[in-house]
Amino acid sequence: MNTLSRRSFLKVGAAAGAGAASVTALGFDTAQAKSIKQNFKISDTKEVFSICPYCAVGCATIAYVKNNEIVQIEGNPKSPINQGTLCPKGASNHQLAISNRRMLKPLYRAANATEWKEVSWDFMMEKLARNVKDARDSSFVTNDSAGNPVNRTEGIGFAGGATISNEEGYLTAKVMRSLGAVYVEQQART
Amino acid sequence: MTNHWRDIQNADLILIAGANPAECHPVGFRWFMEAKKRGAKMIHIDPRFTRTSAVSDVYARIRTGTDAAFFGALINYVLQNDLHQKDYVARYTNAALIVKEGFGFKDGLFTGFDGSDPKNPKYDTSTWNYELDDQSFAKTDPTLQNPRSVFQLLKTHYSRYTPEMQASITGIPVDQFMQIAKLVGEMGRPDKVMTLVYAVGLTHHTTGAQMIRSAALLQLILGNMGLPGGGMNAERGHANIQGNTDNAISWENLPGYLGIPRPGQKTIDDYIKATAPKKLRPDSWNYLGTNYRNFLVSLLKAWYGDAATKDNDFAFNYIPKPAGNSSWLTIFNQAYTGKMQGYFALGMSPVSIGPDVNRIIESLKKLKWLVIMDPFPNTTSEFWHAPGVDPKTVGTEVFMLPATHWIEKDGSFTNSGRWAQWKEAAVGPSGEARHDHWILAELFLKVRELYQKEGGKFPDPILNMTMNYKNPLRPEMDEIAQEINGFDLTKKERVAGFAVLKDDGTTASGNWIYAGSYPQTLNGQPVGKGGLMARQGTEDPTGMGYFHNWAWSWPANRRVLYNRASADGDGNPWNPKKPGIKWDADKKSWVGDVPDYPATMDPKDPKAWLPFIMTGEGTARLFSTTLMADGPFPEHYEPMESPIANPLHPQVQNSPMVMLYDGVKDTFGTAKEFPFVATTYRLTEHEHYLTQWVEHLVKLQPEPFVEIPLDVAKDKGIQSGDMVRVWNKRGKIEVRALVTGRLGALDLEGRKVYQIGIPIHWGFVGLAAEQNKDKAKYWLVNALSPYVGDVGARTPEFKSYQVNLEKISSGKPV
Repeated sequence: MNTLSRRSFLKVGAAAGAGAASVTALGFDTAQAKSIKQNFKISDTKEVFSICPYCAVGCATIAYVKNNEIVQIEGNPKSPINQGTLCPKGASNHQLAISNRRMLKPLYRAANATEWKEVSWDFMMEKLARNVKDARDSSFVTNDSAGNPVNRTEGIGFAGGATISNEEGYLTAKVMRSLGAVYVEQQART
Repeated sequence: MTNHWRDIQNADLILIAGANPAECHPVGFRWFMEAKKRGAKMIHIDPRFTRTSAVSDVYARIRTGTDAAFFGALINYVLQNDLHQKDYVARYTNAALIVKEGFGFKDGLFTGFDGSDPKNPKYDTSTWNYELDDQSFAKTDPTLQNPRSVFQLLKTHYSRYTPEMQASITGIPVDQFMQIAKLVGEMGRPDKVMTLVYAVGLTHHTTGAQMIRSAALLQLILGNMGLPGGGMNAERGHANIQGNTDNAISWENLPGYLGIPRPGQKTIDDYIKATAPKKLRPDSWNYLGTNYRNFLVSLLKAWYGDAATKDNDFAFNYIPKPAGNSSWLTIFNQAYTGKMQGYFALGMSPVSIGPDVNRIIESLKKLKWLVIMDPFPNTTSEFWHAPGVDPKTVGTEVFMLPATHWIEKDGSFTNSGRWAQWKEAAVGPSGEARHDHWILAELFLKVRELYQKEGGKFPDPILNMTMNYKNPLRPEMDEIAQEINGFDLTKKERVAGFAVLKDDGTTASGNWIYAGSYPQTLNGQPVGKGGLMARQGTEDPTGMGYFHNWAWSWPANRRVLYNRASADGDGNPWNPKKPGIKWDADKKSWVGDVPDYPATMDPKDPKAWLPFIMTGEGTARLFSTTLMADGPFPEHYEPMESPIANPLHPQVQNSPMVMLYDGVKDTFGTAKEFPFVATTYRLTEHEHYLTQWVEHLVKLQPEPFVEIPLDVAKDKGIQSGDMVRVWNKRGKIEVRALVTGRLGALDLEGRKVYQIGIPIHWGFVGLAAEQNKDKAKYWLVNALSPYVGDVGARTPEFKSYQVNLEKISSGKPV
C-alpha cells in the first residue's frame, strides 16, 4: 500500500539508533531491545488507512490489524494535515476501538418497563417498521390548511449523523425525506 | 471553512474568536503555529484565557455573546480610517449597489418590523433590496458616494460602533481594542491577509448567525475573502459534521444546500422562482441560479429513478414541505407538546446536549417510541431510568440498536476544510452491532413491504425510492459514494463534475457539490474504490499547501472557495508571493488552485464575469437582501439573559426576531437573581459525551468542574476542590470548583461583571458516572442552558446565560 511503510520506517530508525548507542551497564543494548519489542507489537499486521473519529481536523491514522483485531492505531505520517501526529484524544483511538463497553445486542424496553430486554434484530425491525408506518399514516399531512400540497409526516423526528460517513448520512437524508419527515436534524447546531 | 487547516500557515494575521483551537483542535493548530513561525501575529478573543491565548500576541477578554459589537467596532475603525481594500470593496462586493428608498434603521429596528404578535414577530423585508433598473438589474454607483449605496449605508450603520461603545458592551478596554484595531486595519493592504477562525463560541447565541456575518463583513472590507491565508474558517467539532451538513441532515436543506421546498411551491418552476438566486447585474454569471434546476432534477433522478419523469415534474411532489422552522428546538417542542410520536437519535444524545435538559427529558417521556442507534449507551438511551426518574411512569417504548463505529466500516469523512477523506474498515462489526446505513436500509425496506401489502398514506415516494444496490439490505459505502457523485444515465458512466448535470432527466447526482468526487476516469485511467477521496498523493507543487492529490475537496477539488477574488481585475494575485489563482496569458488559462471561475475566461475580456460566480450580484454581499431573518446588516443584541441593558438601544434589548416557545419565558431569570454570566466549552481530553467510555481520557479528566474567577471565589469562600452548586431557574449542577485567574472581571461602564466557565462533557452515563453514582445526578451542564435559539438557524444559546453559585462543602485542595 505505502512505498515506505510505517513498519519499515521504524526498523530503519531503530537500526540507526542502535548504531549510535553503546552497550549499557546491563550488558546489552537497550535500544535494540526496545526496537525488537516495537517490532513485535505491529509485526505481521495489516495497515489500514483510517481517520480519527473525534473533531473535524481530519487527522489520518493507520490501524494495525492482526487476526481481525486492532493492535494499535497511530497517526499517519503521510497526511499533509497531521503529519503523523495526534492529540491526546486521537492517541486514544485504539482504546475507543477495542472498548469492552460497547452495546453488542439489540435492547428493547417496553412502555413503563423497569428493565431492558435482550431481543433479536428481527423483533426490533418488525416492531419498528410497524411503528414507523403507524406514525406516518396517522400524522401525514397531504395538504396544509391553505390547500397547498405538502406531503409531510409530522409525527416522526430524526437527528444524528455527525460521526457517520457521508455515504451513511446521504442515505439517511434520502430515506427520511422519502418517509415524508420534515423534522430532520444533525449535530451542526448543537 | 472557506479555506482549510493547512492553509492557515499562509496568514499574516490570525484572528480567533469564539474558539480555542490549541485545546479543541490541537493538531489543526500546528498550522497556526507554522504561520507564527513565518512571522504571523495571532489575536485571541475569548471570555476565558486558554492555551490559545497563551501563545497569542494579544489576548482580549470579551463578554460572551457580544462579538457582533466587537466586529462592528473593527468595521467602523477600518472604514473611518479609510483602511479598507478599495479595489476589492468597489468591485468584488456589493458596496456600489443602490438600496431601495425607504430602507432604514432606527432605535434597534430595521424598516418593516411588526411586533404586534409577540409570539410571531415579523419583518416586512420589501425595502431590504436594491433599486432596480428597467431590465431588473440593480442600479450602481461605482464611486460609492450615493448615500443609498451599500457602502454609505454600511458606514452609517457602523458609525455607532465606536471603541468606547464596544468597550461598554464587550468589556474590552478602549486601549486594548485600539491595539487590536491597528493590527487588523493593516490587513486591508492588498498584499496582507488575515484569517478569521471561529467555532461554536460564535454560533451558540440568539445572534449567532449575525455575529459570524459581522466577522465576514470585516473580512470583505479588508479584501481577505478568497485569498490563501484568509477567509472565514469554522472549526467543526465532529468528524463528519461538515459532510453530513453537506448531505442535508438538516431541516432546511436538500443535499448540496438546495433549499427545502416550502408550501405553495407546487412545481419545480415555483420552487426555482422562489429559491434560486436571480441575476442582478449584466456581467454576473449567476452560476448557482442558472444551474439550480439541473442540480435539483439530478437529485430527484438519484432518489426516484425511473419514477421521476418530465411528465410528473420529476416527482417534485415526493419531497415533503415543512410548515415552518423544523430545527432542533422545534423537534423537541413538538415532542414536548405531544405532537411527535417517534424520534430517532443516531450518534447523538439530546439529554446531554439540551438545552434545558429537564425540558428535553419531559419531551422524551411524551414520545410513543424512541430509537437510539449508537455504539455505546448514552444519557438518552438511559433517560427512562435516569436518576430521579421512575421508569414505571415513563410510557415511551425504547429501541436501542447497537451500531458499528468508525473503525468497523469504510466510507468518507469530510473535515472542517471540506476535504473528503476515504477510510477503510479495519475490522468487522463487534457482536451483533450493525452499520447505521444497513439498519436504515433494512428498516426502510420493511416499511416498504408494509405499504406494498397494506397500502397507506401517499405510498409513492416509499414505493419508488431507488435502492439500486447489489444487495439493497446491505448497500456498500462505495455504491452510495458513486450515487452521490452521480451518473450520465445515457452513457451509464459516472459524471466528471457538476457542470454536466442536466434538467432533462438524463443525469442523476445525489449531491451536486460532490459531483467529481468519483469520476469514471481521471487522466484516462479508471477510478477505483472510494473515488478521488481515497487518493494519498503528497506532492505540493505550488508550495501553497493545496495538496490537490490528497483526498478530494468540494466543490471540484477546489481548496480555497471564492479564489477568483484572490487576484485583481487583470488576473494578477493581490500578493504575488501568495498566489491563489493567476491568469496565465500564454497558456490562456488560470493556474494555481482549481479556479472558482471559468478555467479559460480571460479576465481582461470585457465580457468576463464578475468574480463571485455563485451570487446573483456577481459580488460578495455586505448587505444581505433576503437571507437573514433580523436585518441586512448585523446588529448587536444582548443574549436573552444578560447582565446589562443594551447600550446601543436599551428599548430593543434582544433580537426582535427571537422566537419563544410556549413556557420558555418563565424559565428566564434576571441578573439580579443570577448575577454571574456563564459560558460553556470543551476540554482537550474529551469529545462531546462519547469519550466518557474511554478509560485513558476519563483518567485524564475524571470529574466535572466549574472555573471560578479569583474575586468571586474569595467573596464566596470557595477554594479549588470544593463542591459548589451552580443554578438558575432551569436547573442546577453540583461539581468541583476550580479557582482560576484565567477568568476575571469585565469592566462595563465602571461596573464589574464576572463570567464563570463550565466544561460540558459529563452526565449520568459513562465510566466516571459509574464510579460516582450519587454525584452524577447533577453533572448535566445543559440543565442550565435556555431553550431559545438563533433567530434564523435556531442554534441554541448554549454559550451565554445567567447563573448563581454557592459552596456546598469543602473538598481536597487540588
